[in-house]
Formats: sequence, C-alpha cells, structure tokens
Amino acid sequence: MAVRIVFLGPLRDLAGEDVREAPAPLDWAGLLEAVGDDVAGQLQHERVHIACAGRVLTDKTALRAQDGEEVALLPPVSGG
Amino acid sequence: MFDVHLLHESFAPSAAIDRLSNVTPSAGGVASFVGKVRNGDEVEALELSHYEPLTEPGMLALGDAARVRFDLAGLIILHRIGRLEPGDPIVCVAAAARHRRDALQAVDYCMDHLKSAAWFWKRELRSGEWQWIEPRDEDHADLARWAVEKATV
Repeated sequence: MAVRIVFLGPLRDLAGEDVREAPAPLDWAGLLEAVGDDVAGQLQHERVHIACAGRVLTDKTALRAQDGEEVALLPPVSGG
Repeated sequence: MFDVHLLHESFAPSAAIDRLSNVTPSAGGVASFVGKVRNGDEVEALELSHYEPLTEPGMLALGDAARVRFDLAGLIILHRIGRLEPGDPIVCVAAAARHRRDALQAVDYCMDHLKSAAWFWKRELRSGEWQWIEPRDEDHADLARWAVEKATV
C-alpha cells in the first residue's frame, strides 16, 4: 500500500501527471520530496492547501498520511 | 426547495429558476445570478475541474450556511464542470425569500464564495493555448466583505 498524491489545477501541469504514489506513511517533509522541486515550491505558498483523506488540513505541515489514504494538492481556486 | 448540484452536462438556468419560483409560492421574490462563458472575448473554450471528495460537499455546506444566514424559502446552486463553450452557463444561483434583501444577499453571498472559496479550477483556451485562471484580488475582497459583516453582527 502507499499514499496517493493527487495534483489539481495548475499543479497537475507542473507535476506532469494527475496522480503519483509515495510510500506510506507520508509527512510534510516526505511530501515535499515526493512531488519534485517545482510543486514543492508551490506548496510553500499560503494559498495552496492540502487535503488528506477528504479533509482540508488547517496546518499542512502537520500532514500524516497513512497507507491507502489520498493526499490532494489544492492550488488557489477559481469557480463561478 | 434546496437544490445543490455539480453538473457534468449543459443545463438551462431559466428552467431551474422557474421551478424554484413555482415551488415557493410563499416567497415574495426570487433573485438569481447566471454566470456564462463570455462570447466574443477570444475565449474558445473554458474547462472547469473539481476534486470529487471536496467540491460537492463544499457546495452543500455553502448552501447550508446561506440558509442559516438568510431567511430563505428556497435556494438552488448549480455549477458546471467539464468543457464549456462560449455562451454556455457555468453557474446558476437563485434564492427565493419573503423579502427581497434576503434573496439578493443570499445570491451575492453564494456567488462570492463560489468564485474564490469553492473547490474549482478554471482554465481558458485562447489562441489554441490553455491558461489557468486565478481569482482576482477583487474576488478575495468580495469574499472578505462577508467575514467582516459576520464579525460585526
């Protein structure tokens, strides 16, 4: 089992793929390492959020993703 | 009638607004907003993406918040995802209420949140190239109005 990292919006273009797997458990440092320098740089921005197992984290650096969980990388949104 | 949906296919906002009006006879008015893909703006297409575990639950929470905040007889929030062509409706928010201000403000409130606080990502096709659209500073300022008002109530 592993953690599924989902790239959304412009982060998908930056990552060059929709989804990537990383070994579990996955913390903030592990995530930054797993996504590559470009995406890692974006993740440092305040307006880029992270969801783990369907919940948006208030403190993304507190990420602790377990086996089989999905981590979504959420860049600034634009709807309507 | 409280109807909140993420739509994969094109839809007719006027039919949804008429339906809301018909099922809320006690309401003194219905306010609505329909957002469309601009025509004649060199935009060839628009694509809206979402994140299944968050987007529709977030829209439902927004609808609940609007119902708590305003005195509504009915509310619809419809938002498209997928590829849209110029002229296609993107979003429709309509609110029925006993008094106009609740209806008008509920629509304004929902639209401000859908614009810059809902889980959607939008990109435009211009001259054959896709470009991601980020919320403008005005969109964030529009959203902030509601937090300030809430804090002062």
